[in-house]
Amino acid sequence: MKAVTKTAVGAPPEAGPSEHARPDEAGVPSATRLGGRWLLAGAAAVAVVALVGVSSGPIGVAPGRVVLELVGRLPFGDYDSGLSASEIAIVWDLRAPRVVLGLLVGALLAGSGAAYQGVFRNPLADPYLLGIAAGAGLGATLAIVTGLGDGVGVVDPVPLAAFVGALVAVAAAGTLSVRRGRAGSPATLILAGVAVAAFLTAMQTYLQQRHQESLRQVYAWVLGRLSTSGWDEVLLLVPYAIVSTAVLLAAVGALDVLSVGDDEATSLGLRPRRVRLVVLIAASLGAAAAVAVSGLIGFVGLIIPHGVRMVAGVTHRRVVPLSMLFGGAFLALTDVAARTIQAPAELPIGVITAFIGAPFFLLILRRQAIS
Amino acid sequence: MGSLRKLFVLLLVVAGCGGDGAITTTTDDTSTTTTAAAPSITTATTAATTTTESDTGFPVTIETGGAVVTIGSRPERVVSLSPTATEMLFAIGAGEQVVAVDSFSYYPPEAPVTDLSGFEPNVEAVVGFEPDLVVLSSDPGDVVAGLEAAGVPALVFPAAVTLDDTYTQIEQLGAATGRIGDAAALVGQMRADIDELAASVPERDEPLTYYHELDDTLFSVTSRTFIGEIYALAGLQSIADAADPDGEAGGYPQLSAELLVSADPDLIFLADTKCCGQNADTLAQRPGFDQLTAVAEGRVIELDDDIASRWGPRIVEFFRKIVEATAAIEVPAG
Repeated sequence: MKAVTKTAVGAPPEAGPSEHARPDEAGVPSATRLGGRWLLAGAAAVAVVALVGVSSGPIGVAPGRVVLELVGRLPFGDYDSGLSASEIAIVWDLRAPRVVLGLLVGALLAGSGAAYQGVFRNPLADPYLLGIAAGAGLGATLAIVTGLGDGVGVVDPVPLAAFVGALVAVAAAGTLSVRRGRAGSPATLILAGVAVAAFLTAMQTYLQQRHQESLRQVYAWVLGRLSTSGWDEVLLLVPYAIVSTAVLLAAVGALDVLSVGDDEATSLGLRPRRVRLVVLIAASLGAAAAVAVSGLIGFVGLIIPHGVRMVAGVTHRRVVPLSMLFGGAFLALTDVAARTIQAPAELPIGVITAFIGAPFFLLILRRQAIS
Repeated sequence: MGSLRKLFVLLLVVAGCGGDGAITTTTDDTSTTTTAAAPSITTATTAATTTTESDTGFPVTIETGGAVVTIGSRPERVVSLSPTATEMLFAIGAGEQVVAVDSFSYYPPEAPVTDLSGFEPNVEAVVGFEPDLVVLSSDPGDVVAGLEAAGVPALVFPAAVTLDDTYTQIEQLGAATGRIGDAAALVGQMRADIDELAASVPERDEPLTYYHELDDTLFSVTSRTFIGEIYALAGLQSIADAADPDGEAGGYPQLSAELLVSADPDLIFLADTKCCGQNADTLAQRPGFDQLTAVAEGRVIELDDDIASRWGPRIVEFFRKIVEATAAIEVPAG
């Protein structure tokens, strides 16, 4: 993947950029705490996008009734929303899981992107850095071409295979960067990741060439599968989302300490290698699970954390949770665009994230440069 | 991600390959005269066995896929890299002249399948079979030019846009292989079968609607496509028409599940039983699909992906399935 290559090239000279070198927010005197305002804004964004998400789609359903229907699903609510059976199916079986998945996948990708950038002290690190995309792609392709995905009722093996592939790739990169029992430097790990990704991509390309009949299915997976997901996928993702999020949020303090440098962090009683390992595992787990259900959605893990840094501050205590909130809101909103721009036809979400996200990011970048 | 964008473009190409084929197929003089031949032979398959030896008329000039190709004498070593063309060749009795076919040309079973690729043909590998005619459905990477350089004539028969394209291609293959009479008989039989089936469809005031599934991410076909034209012969209307009204998606839009549930088609045809392992049960299990009338009423028809995607002689079989499913739905009284 492109981002990976860039990182490898840019990694050594850009390690430890100035924005990470600031241990605390000395430069932002007005907000010394966690940035309550921003957390509130993030939560509000999530809520608004969720509402917009369930009430918009190619088929018009009155938003008021949608809300009534969803509230009616809560234990205490028992309202008659007045929706027809097929409208209820549209809102509850089709839209609601897509919105939830969009929020979760966006949160995981952006959150793990922020974590990767912190661990590697490299602004170009993204959730796919250590071969997750290539591994997931190979896993999914394998499941598709071998027909594992055919005619299975309960559990779709394609996301599972993608998940396993992603984790195998990360584990391979991690193992290969270890020498004589000592973990290599972050740069070694990145390079190992690049090599593993290239190798796995080659295997995937070969498989694809040998099984041209499955080409279309493979592309459909790569370009994002939110369009056909339901509650099953949500259930598949939730456990990993909880674990990954909990670990990452617990580690933000350590990441902030780490950003002053390994020696300083050690003298403050931290074990840099261990912190890195734990954060990497948690972030990779989250990203792998997200990729498994959603396909390869690029851009979110790179752009959201940077956008957050530009407007809300650079400490991990802020960047990680805010990235999760805004990443979730961003992806769920993108998915609304995916199903409404060409309604009632679908657009692949992977295309839209970059299409909407890139100009938006450039806007922030320019405003930042001017001020 | 740059590679993602590339993939998307590729997907569009894959999805749209049947749509934009503005083919300028005009039949050669020798074969146009035979199109009206009486359909006296009983079925298409028996037509394949009755070999009327060597129509004369070589050299013939065939214009297809934007190129004019002259074939000097009756080819005896044909290589087909197009599954549809393979089916056509065998159906017109030219099977014995075929020495090798691509890896997906596994119908009819007697076709000499090799591991030649129809998607990325290797000129050297093809020439290795010492062909005197090569038939393809597309020309990726200038294979035709490469074959020409090796002195091998090559015919490109792109995906049909209309049924007439199918008939024309069969007739042109007949002319190219010296089977003009057999080809004309096959076309006549196909026309007669399709007319008869179409005539058996009961009339309705309100046309029935259908959803034709190409894969499990809800790519479908509009009425403007070749497949859509076949359904239209049975009086059916595609629910995908709403998703690609101006043909911008090449007639192959990806539908939103919401549209499908709210349009609630009368019939669902699955053309992804092989590619994607779909069947009536997997369809019913998808989120929200239990609401569909077609699912509740058992009007989900599982098709053979190949028959439903090739534009060859078996299109009659495809049409027969459609007609049977349509006829099974009672015409509302009054």
